[in-house]
Amino acid sequence: MTLVLATIVGLPFAAAMLAVIFGRYGGPLAAAAVAGVAVATAALIVIVAEGQPVTIDVAGWPAPLGITLEADGLACGFLAMATLVMSGVVAQGRAYFYNTGPERRATWAFWPLALLLWAAINAIFLSRDLFNLYVGLELMTLCAVALVAIEGKAETLAAALRYMLVALIGSLLYLLGVVLLYSAHGVLDIGLIAARVTAPTDILAAALMTAGLAAKMALFPFHAWLPPAHSGAPAPASAMLSALVPKAAFVILMRLWLEAVPDLSAASLLALFGTLGTAAILHGGVMALRQNRLKLVIAYSTVSQIGYLLLVFPLAGGASAAQPGAADAWKGVVFHALSHGLAKAAMFLCAGLWMASVGHDRLEGLRGQARATPITAFAFGLAAIALIGLPPSGGFTAKYLMLTSALASGQLIWAVVLLLGGLLTAAYLYRPLAMIFAKADAAPVAVSRSQQAVPLLLAGTAILLGIASSGPFELFQIGSPWADIEGLE
Amino acid sequence: MNVLLPMLILSTSLLPAVLTFFIPDDRHGTRNALSLGGAVLKLGLVAFMLSEVANGAIYETRFEFAPGLEFLLRVDALSLLFLTLSAVLWFLTNIYAIAYFGKKPELSRFFGFFSLCVAATTGIALSGTLISFFIFFELLTLSTWPLVVHKRNETSFAAGRAYLAYAMPASAVLLAAIVWLESAVGPVAFTEDVDFSSLDDTSLRIIFAMFIVGLGVKAALIPLHGWLPLAMVAPAPVSALLHAVAVVKAGAFGIMRITFDVFGIDRLDDLGITTPLAILAAATILWGSIQALFQDNIKKLLAYSTISQVSYIILGIALGGPYAVIGGLVHLVHQGLMKITLFFCAGAFDEQAGVTLIDELNGLGGRMPWTASCFTVGVLGMIGLPPTAGFVTKIYLGVGALQSNAEWVLVVLVASTLLNAAYFLPLIYRIWICDSAKDEQPVEPSILLTGPAVVTASASLVAGMMAGSAFSPLGWATLIAERGYLP
Repeated sequence: MTLVLATIVGLPFAAAMLAVIFGRYGGPLAAAAVAGVAVATAALIVIVAEGQPVTIDVAGWPAPLGITLEADGLACGFLAMATLVMSGVVAQGRAYFYNTGPERRATWAFWPLALLLWAAINAIFLSRDLFNLYVGLELMTLCAVALVAIEGKAETLAAALRYMLVALIGSLLYLLGVVLLYSAHGVLDIGLIAARVTAPTDILAAALMTAGLAAKMALFPFHAWLPPAHSGAPAPASAMLSALVPKAAFVILMRLWLEAVPDLSAASLLALFGTLGTAAILHGGVMALRQNRLKLVIAYSTVSQIGYLLLVFPLAGGASAAQPGAADAWKGVVFHALSHGLAKAAMFLCAGLWMASVGHDRLEGLRGQARATPITAFAFGLAAIALIGLPPSGGFTAKYLMLTSALASGQLIWAVVLLLGGLLTAAYLYRPLAMIFAKADAAPVAVSRSQQAVPLLLAGTAILLGIASSGPFELFQIGSPWADIEGLE
Repeated sequence: MNVLLPMLILSTSLLPAVLTFFIPDDRHGTRNALSLGGAVLKLGLVAFMLSEVANGAIYETRFEFAPGLEFLLRVDALSLLFLTLSAVLWFLTNIYAIAYFGKKPELSRFFGFFSLCVAATTGIALSGTLISFFIFFELLTLSTWPLVVHKRNETSFAAGRAYLAYAMPASAVLLAAIVWLESAVGPVAFTEDVDFSSLDDTSLRIIFAMFIVGLGVKAALIPLHGWLPLAMVAPAPVSALLHAVAVVKAGAFGIMRITFDVFGIDRLDDLGITTPLAILAAATILWGSIQALFQDNIKKLLAYSTISQVSYIILGIALGGPYAVIGGLVHLVHQGLMKITLFFCAGAFDEQAGVTLIDELNGLGGRMPWTASCFTVGVLGMIGLPPTAGFVTKIYLGVGALQSNAEWVLVVLVASTLLNAAYFLPLIYRIWICDSAKDEQPVEPSILLTGPAVVTASASLVAGMMAGSAFSPLGWATLIAERGYLP
């Protein structure tokens, strides 16, 4: 068991180190890491699906002395999603960075950074220790910033700098919160913190940590750094940044409020989370509607989609946890996070292919792509279905579960937000889709079929998540705060 | 076998759809063989199931999305009514479309979405739970958009935009209605009685109204009909399928399911919402006909006629008496046969003689006698003259109105018949009586283009004349009504 968890965190890390030494073999090393982690994740899912979360104490020291890693259903879902995204990133990255020449600094730096980022994210999914989580966050952030700046262009450097500033402040705030909790209770393990006696400084600590995490996941109003950073990075990097990085911060936020300190979440606080989420959905959506570059549309879409995640707090946090449908809402949010991760990564990979063939990412350049790159266009369409939340897709399952829960618990307002958000998403994705379908004056350059098919793998999985949703539904249950509830409420 | 049949019949359209996307554009033969093969296989399966279901068989395929939330495909009498219509008309439209497009480019994409659209219709017919219905309903929206914008000029994109601008908010309302209902009563299957006790009457009325709004866009109920006349810019085979089987019928069929299998006509009566629905349908019937009077474009006139005719179905459902229900059910088929004939002919007029405006119809009867005859049969059916199928519908609706003590409906039926005559007969007059301005040569299209119209026109006559037989649309509608929806 230790081996499985060690592989999931350690293999990307080891591959990153090797990629630093053997710079020319970064691509094959990454592919090997993906294969290894895929096997380990599959094994982990099989074991966890038997019904119990898997826990190991690193080096045999139990908490509070040592470090505990725990794989529950939630972690399994996110690990699997990350592995899929990384396989897409590796498949496209190898072609992308090969084309730019082996001597370029970008090629040399990309693989270690991407692998390190992945290792950090996997560690975050498995950690139950607030300080460990901080280390993971910090490593993830530094890699993410470096990936934004990797091509060394003036505008991406500016975006990376702004990202770094926000992210470092976020780290500081988070660390401050951890220190406050530790000084009050002397423990860092999430389970032990849940069992603590509430101290007066706890609410301040939680607030500081939340602010830090909000900055890292680009939650409205801390989102301004995201669109230039995500749209400026090379496409395979953008896929990771948009699909994985905010999700890692969100998992910590969710574990913090639902597992570590659920007693602190007052109704007003839950409503505040919901309001921020709503603002993100609307603001991000409207901004996406106004962009004329594909990567900016997709990046603002991330700002908007992150808002949905926040609805987990009014629907399932604090006192709402006992309401009918709370468990469904929580699973709905997990479905949403996974489906968004897959679909968003697929979209950035599509954008990368089109940029490579057209030379820019203005929407105008998408004309005729349905004919020139039909498989990519199809993948983009599927990803759009998942993002809008049309059936059948993981996004739809998410929306259905969250909507039912909102109505069952009488919180009509969030149902309205969910439906409006879906319409807004349809509106801003209509423009790229219509362009893809439009007639082109000159036929765009064709792209090889195997490269075209890479995003299809991810978008197809986002759709599959909505067709075969019964298995994941039961998996997420395991080790969740609602582990004892059977099926739909 | 019983478990596989519904999946099999769905895949007769779904599989060709998926495969067609991957066929190179110049492989016309492969593509045509694939979609025609699927259509023939589907016809065979439908024929087999018709005879089995008449003897009481039921076929089901189910699996779970989430514990308790079921995906269910179910073949029963009502689903077969719609399924048979879509299978027969898909086959004919397929032949027509192959002849219509010839060897134009980008047909693989067209036929891919075309088959997908039929697969969605099949799914709608077979859906046994609200959630599966919604899935196919959305698939239909998505698969018809590329068909509407197929010509890809500014007008088609505008029509496509209008279509989505109506359809997407409607689907949000539909989803809200489904979720509201299911959050209170649990997942809804059409065959199981729903326990409404946790919802008060006002909530039920609002939920039903939301269902009508969500489905009413596709059924083109006023004031949600604005997209339909615009969508007539689509190529003729698309319009034919849209107006006869796919989109508008999906809306009407959905309203049937909600009325009969979710709420039940008695409960809706108790809630006092059947009369408003009947009035809405009647208003749509009249409004569509009045608008049709002012059109100069043939396809646009036909579009307004569809708006009017589809509401006969909804009127029949809303009236709720035995004859009215049968009339509504049977009009689902009758209107399909008659309207597809008219669109087949309109497409042939355009393609062969370049005629798109009513003014240009003069003397066309002499030049394209077969097509013009079929068009005439369709028109007579629309007006509701005996012995066409349209006449049967109107008789049943009229008697049904009397059974339900809704005498005002008779006035609507008479007024609508007069209006239909007023906007359709001038076309017939121009085609057969007026002389062509120039002396032009016969331009009768190939057998592949006229054949489907001849078949559907004859079918609409046979359906009217043989209405008493058990396997006529009327016989089947009576079977459905006897099996479940009558007190």
